[in-house]
Amino acid sequence: MSARRTAPTALLLFLATLAVLCLHLSIGGTPIPLPDVVGSLLGISPDPRTELAIMEFRLPRSLAALCAGVGFGVAGALTQTVARNPLASPDILGVTNGAALGAVALLALTSQVQGLPMFLHAYGLPIAATLGGLLVSALVFSLVWHSSLESNRLVLVGLGMSGLCAALTSWMLTLGDVYNAQQALTWMAGTVNGVSWADLAIAPLVIAIGVALAAALRNQREVLALDSDTSRALGMDLGRDRIIMLGLATALAVAATVIAGPLAFVALASGHASRLIARSTVPPVAHSALVGAIFVLLADLAAARLFSVVLPAGVATAVIGAPYLIYLVIRQTRVRSA
Amino acid sequence: MIAAVLLSLWIGSSTSSIAELRHALFSPDERVSDIAIREIRWPRTVTALAAGAALGMAGTLIQGHTRNPIAEPGLLGINQGAALAIVSVAVFSGPLQPWPQALLALGGALAASLIVFGIGRVDGRGASPITLVLVGAAVTALCAGVVSAIVLLSEAALETLRFWQVGSVVQGYDSFLALWPLLLAGTGLAMANARGLNALTLGEDSARALGITAPRARGIGLAAIVMLSGLAVTLAGPIAFLGLLVPHVARRIFGADYRWVIPGSAVCGALLLVVADVLGRMLARPGELPVGVVVAMLGAPFFIYVARRRKPVTV
Repeated sequence: MSARRTAPTALLLFLATLAVLCLHLSIGGTPIPLPDVVGSLLGISPDPRTELAIMEFRLPRSLAALCAGVGFGVAGALTQTVARNPLASPDILGVTNGAALGAVALLALTSQVQGLPMFLHAYGLPIAATLGGLLVSALVFSLVWHSSLESNRLVLVGLGMSGLCAALTSWMLTLGDVYNAQQALTWMAGTVNGVSWADLAIAPLVIAIGVALAAALRNQREVLALDSDTSRALGMDLGRDRIIMLGLATALAVAATVIAGPLAFVALASGHASRLIARSTVPPVAHSALVGAIFVLLADLAAARLFSVVLPAGVATAVIGAPYLIYLVIRQTRVRSA
Repeated sequence: MIAAVLLSLWIGSSTSSIAELRHALFSPDERVSDIAIREIRWPRTVTALAAGAALGMAGTLIQGHTRNPIAEPGLLGINQGAALAIVSVAVFSGPLQPWPQALLALGGALAASLIVFGIGRVDGRGASPITLVLVGAAVTALCAGVVSAIVLLSEAALETLRFWQVGSVVQGYDSFLALWPLLLAGTGLAMANARGLNALTLGEDSARALGITAPRARGIGLAAIVMLSGLAVTLAGPIAFLGLLVPHVARRIFGADYRWVIPGSAVCGALLLVVADVLGRMLARPGELPVGVVVAMLGAPFFIYVARRRKPVTV
């Protein structure tokens, strides 16, 4: 994989992302013409009302979709690289469901127990989600670390963990006073409805740093993509690199989940699709980030605007992503039996 | 098992005393506690028994036929397929009667399982464990996405789905009264399939030598699986992982002979579901937890354990 070959596709994807972002901003309750959208973004808006609509109401939602897509996309690329398996992505492995479980557990706790310290109410959610995601991720990977990090056993263990977390989340939602529809939807299916600037304080920063680190660790990623005997023969400390990559992937997936909930299949599809687009052996970071962003933006657009009711974006990513998973499975099986 | 049934009759949103329970069982009159036990808890317990038995047998048959220790009706998309069929009709017709609803659930379960089996066999040599489970997960996610889209768009569909999902109470009992012949038929087919399954365990060639036609035995097995799991889904709503857990327990207790394992897994499944239902009432007082959630909390760790074992179990 050379930079010369992947750069043009990355540029194209970047332009496509910008276009989709503007489209996402322009379509809404009342459509805003595209030139006005671009004008508002550049600070030369036609009138203050349009500027208000764009900057205060639509931009947070669009940015939330964008950031979540970037986070999931890169997280998927990293886990797929480490496990050398296109099916191993944080959403399949239960990391996103674990983060959602952590968040819901905290919501249930704060609604039940009086006299908790104030900072838990204010900043507890991202912390709880991070703990949940980290815990699940550590559990899944340590359960298969020695025997079968590269086999489908990892995927199976992850699927089980994912189901467990989903069940526990439904339990937690019945426990506390959290059963208002919007929160439940956020933590069950994933949605970017009603995101405001205040929700975008920390997580996008985490995602930006994570993506930068992932891009900087390119050599390590390419070594991990070799089979483990070869890289060991090259004198690489595989264990350390793997832990760094998986930790990074977990952080990215958790941050994305804090923004938009456990959107299904984004990480899975973005990592793999970007590898196809860039025609490279490892899923490239830039491509995965952009493909993820485009996927979530379009999914949210479809879910929110196609029907009379605003549907959660997670519904659309599931309906689009599930056939992709089936396709991946069929391909993998064909390759195996051939 | 009798103890579990009594426990299930005993524990409810307000716990009855033993005396009240005895009173309700042996000399019922019009007391509140009698009515609670006879009208609410008894139907619910019967429903849980029937659904659990059906799921247990379906799980054993699926694992036996696919020779796959992690196969499971709930993981094959059957639950969400049934849900999809129910809500997509309820959108147009409004809330459904037990009979049509049961037929729809059956149809949906059948369609979903056929799709999963169909795609799962792409390699042409029978489905590999991972392929089946993954395709099942994908079909489940797809149906779940469409279902949640439909229920968000249509009030009537949401009502139907919610009734069905909490269906273990009175609604389920009505369906049970309508559908018990199906449980009998499914059980009959499963038992008739036991000898064939025993022979198929030795491989298809040996089975042929023993006078078993493999396609016919597989057909009977698939019919029984679909009937039983469709029935369970109709009665008790979506329950995953029960059909995974039960066959392992039943095989451990009753050995390898399917003539014993199949009835054994019916007993184990019924027992487990009743216990899970009681647990659901105890864990989330004063409300209750859907039984599917409790079963998943027990079954998912077991799934991980089976999936992680170095040496795959031979089924």
